[in-house]
Amino acid sequence: MSLDKDQVQHIAMLARLKVADEEFADTVDKLSRIVDFVDQLSQADTENVVPMAHPLDAVQRLRKDAVTESNQRGDIQKNAPAISDGLYLVPKVIE
Amino acid sequence: MTAAWEVVIGLEIHTQLATDSKIFSGASTAYGAEPNTQACLVDLGYPGVLPVLNEEVVRMACKFGLAVNATVAPRSVFARKNYFYPDLPKGYQISQYELPIVEHGEMFITAEDGSEKRIGITRAHLEEDAGKSIHEGLDRQSGIDLNRAGTPLLEIVSEPDLRSAKEAVAYMRKIHTIVRYLGISDGNMQEGSFRCDANVSIRPRGQEELGTRSELKNLNSFRFIEKAINFEIERQIEVLEDGGKVVQETRLYDSDRDETRSMRSKEEANDYRYFPDPDLLPVEIGEDYIEQVRATLPELPDAKRQRFVDDYGIKSDDAAILTMNRALADYFESVVAAANAQPQDAANWVIGDLSGALNKDGIEISDSRISAEHLAGLINRIHDNTISGKIAKEVFEAMWGGEGSADDVIETRGLRQITDTSAIEAIVDKVIADNPGQAAEYRAGKDKLIGFFVGQVMKESGGKANPGQVNAILRTKLGSS
Amino acid sequence: MIAEDLHTQTLTQLAQGLEQGDFTSVELTQALLERIERLGGDLNAFITVTADRALAAAERSDAARAEGEIGVPGIGVPGIGVLNGLPLVHKDIFCTRGVLTTCGSRMLENFVSPYDASVVERLSAAGAVMLGKTNMDEFAMGSSNETSYFGPVRNPWNLECSPGGSSGGSSASVAARLTPAATGTDTGGSIRQPAALTGTTGLKPTYGRVSRYGMIAFASSLDQAGVITRSAEDAALLLGVMAGFDERDSTSIDQPVPDYVAGLGDSLKGLRVGIVRQHFDAGLDDACGAAVREALAVLESQGATLTEVDLPNLDLSVPTYYVVAPAECSSNLSRFDGVRFGRRAEDPEDLLDLYCRSRGEGFGAEVKRRIMTGTYVLSAGYYDAYYLKAQQVRHLIADDFRQAFADVDVIAGPTAPTPAFKLGDKIDDPITMYLNDIYTIGANLAGLPGISVPCGFADELPVGLHLVGPHFGEEQILRASHQYQLQTDWHTRCPEAFA
Repeated sequence: MSLDKDQVQHIAMLARLKVADEEFADTVDKLSRIVDFVDQLSQADTENVVPMAHPLDAVQRLRKDAVTESNQRGDIQKNAPAISDGLYLVPKVIE
Repeated sequence: MTAAWEVVIGLEIHTQLATDSKIFSGASTAYGAEPNTQACLVDLGYPGVLPVLNEEVVRMACKFGLAVNATVAPRSVFARKNYFYPDLPKGYQISQYELPIVEHGEMFITAEDGSEKRIGITRAHLEEDAGKSIHEGLDRQSGIDLNRAGTPLLEIVSEPDLRSAKEAVAYMRKIHTIVRYLGISDGNMQEGSFRCDANVSIRPRGQEELGTRSELKNLNSFRFIEKAINFEIERQIEVLEDGGKVVQETRLYDSDRDETRSMRSKEEANDYRYFPDPDLLPVEIGEDYIEQVRATLPELPDAKRQRFVDDYGIKSDDAAILTMNRALADYFESVVAAANAQPQDAANWVIGDLSGALNKDGIEISDSRISAEHLAGLINRIHDNTISGKIAKEVFEAMWGGEGSADDVIETRGLRQITDTSAIEAIVDKVIADNPGQAAEYRAGKDKLIGFFVGQVMKESGGKANPGQVNAILRTKLGSS
Repeated sequence: MIAEDLHTQTLTQLAQGLEQGDFTSVELTQALLERIERLGGDLNAFITVTADRALAAAERSDAARAEGEIGVPGIGVPGIGVLNGLPLVHKDIFCTRGVLTTCGSRMLENFVSPYDASVVERLSAAGAVMLGKTNMDEFAMGSSNETSYFGPVRNPWNLECSPGGSSGGSSASVAARLTPAATGTDTGGSIRQPAALTGTTGLKPTYGRVSRYGMIAFASSLDQAGVITRSAEDAALLLGVMAGFDERDSTSIDQPVPDYVAGLGDSLKGLRVGIVRQHFDAGLDDACGAAVREALAVLESQGATLTEVDLPNLDLSVPTYYVVAPAECSSNLSRFDGVRFGRRAEDPEDLLDLYCRSRGEGFGAEVKRRIMTGTYVLSAGYYDAYYLKAQQVRHLIADDFRQAFADVDVIAGPTAPTPAFKLGDKIDDPITMYLNDIYTIGANLAGLPGISVPCGFADELPVGLHLVGPHFGEEQILRASHQYQLQTDWHTRCPEAFA
């Protein structure tokens, strides 16, 4: 197993995913197999190869600084699970 | 702080850029709207939406880079900083990481000993602001307002070159001045448009290696920055002198208690997993563009200050104060242009009475109740002896109160100075006649009594007699009989 | 009389019929809605059928045609668009205003999009009538359509088989003649592989050719919208409408859109077709291999020249993809946090619990695995070894293609290593499932256009021929496909139960 239980726990926490107890062993197993599989990459000789983040060699286009959006809160917030006076609600944030 | 410890401070200043629309969307950046009415689908991180970069943001960053003598990167890249927080809609902040738009700048401040000191600017990068959490009036819940989400920020990171809280403040003030000069930020600290995090550490004097630092978050007034840093320095000294260790952590300044406290919630192993944002392409900036932007740069405070000293012959300290604020400097120059008097007189009025009145009313120079032309008019009336310096204060007050130009006030209130020699002689004669005892004493050699006579004449003239003439005529009349 | 065979016609034929007044859009729409109702249940190809909207849109199309407004199609431009009255379906990854948009996930089970994706907007503006939203692998992560929260889609050729994925609902509905055309998205083969497995034509354009705005992101640097149709000609017709610059997508490319249909007629004389030797190595099903070789012989007989080309780093394309795609998806899917939209866990104890449970409950197993894989390869200490390394290998792979295209116009080979496999066969083994996309992933990594066209059968299941072109080489792969389809009839075959 290339990943252990603690690593998977840590990854799940970083990703904010609750993995059910009964799924956990299977998750560790499958993730390990995936990691083993992608480990093949280590064989490639990539010295001096520039990483490629985009398939096309294009540059960022810029838009005019203009306000084009109007208030659509009512429509948008129909999808919101919990709102109050236009605010999205979450359990209390402690700073 | 102490002889034994050296303080090392680096600042990360977050400046909101004064664009109309957001960095990656066409939503308005105006402050103070109803919650979530200026958060469009892109700002909310709705499924399927994509960011497109605002051209003004690039121009502003470029301006800043040129103003601090930095390199504007020919190629910069937006990256995603991944973390979960309710005010961060997408679960990542679009920022710049490995390739920021501005690098290797510098800034000069006046150190505490009066010498000029260079502060390195490591980098300045573009990023989007987060929303706000609201706790008031909600039971066990927080409300999220995402109007601010996506507002463009320029994060300006200094080298750890600052050696005291005062230097940190001086540096921050200077950056504040620069961004406002450039017109790239309103610098409004109450509204959060200009705020900073401070990395503070101490080390035994003479030691090369840096001490462990703590990061003070979200300092949003010059006063708090100084207090927070000083508190933190004392705290670290205490920890180290007690044989303890400073822990690398994020601390929040509590202005009510004047202390910093650990933000444990942010401590759990941050791993931001930065990677290039695949929704955005590299930003390329050519030499031509840079030169175009350079041509639009205004005169910057240091250059302006020197010019004020050289061209107007005003005191260097006064020039420094006047050039801290571009609008104030412009106002001063308008006064000078319209007044026939010495620029130093204009400087004195602008720094003295005018600034005092602005402060008292809590308004900006742009909202001054007295225009530069009107202030020049007032100075001209002093210069041409229409009014005395003392009367001028009254005229100033009246002008501030909205009674019009200096001439209007002088006319309406009948404050024109009496310069007619015969009129003054008549008053002098009357005063001498009314005070024969004092006149005799003066003539017997009690010179100091001249002040009494001047006072009486001024009083008799309602303050309007020209004081120089009064003095001369009194001496003649008292001496001659 | 008309209603009985409308479903057998291609988009191009239907367009002519509407133009000639042989039938109305309402009649056509009703006929297809009736088929969906009658035959769609077993396939589970739809998540939402928008019957009322479709009929209303069809009525508008008929009215517009009756008024004879002739105009240049375009957004906000009045007149009859080139697709006026033609029905199609959208993969449920495209946001559709006022219509449920689930992305095949429990996370978005109740999500009604407040806006239209660019693709949807353009097709509607050209007059297309949306019949519904098709089932798909959850967030497009899967190659069998089994990861959908709404259950697997079945292959019309054999209901025990997968229609491929992730655009499985689109491929199955086109194959079963429930719709003449469907949109799809392709991140690693998600249009081409299901097209191959269902005997349909599936086109993935060049990265940046079609706007990604409003297409729920899986892996932003790989995702591209395309179509599944009954012929290359139909794909050309639709691409002409969908393609083009969109100022809302920074990765959309500002290049003129050629008339794809006009270029289809040219012969294949002199077309240089590259063959990748590794594509025919172990791993390719014999019968599939035979069908593809036969197809290559047809192209040769039409005047194309076959040359062997080398893509030395191709073996690494699948592992490269399974680093890059999960990395991007782990970040793209962070927005699903139960706060502004989507599933929210009940009675969260605190913020952390809200996040972990909303996401834990909202995402299925495969999506969670990919998010975790992506989180891992980007995390401190592993970034260089995995993410950065994969981006470097990606560069090598893209360079391989660039070099190959110096000598050839099109690269041809199999689309998938096997014909459609049984549902349940591969779902427990992620690696075997991932290897399904071994021939298609390269085009995504390099941003190249690719198309799968039916080229025969293996074990009574369709086989696909895969053609890849250079950047913005859609015209040549469409032309090759069309010319091939003029010579063959594989693309006209229909599963018996759906004839």
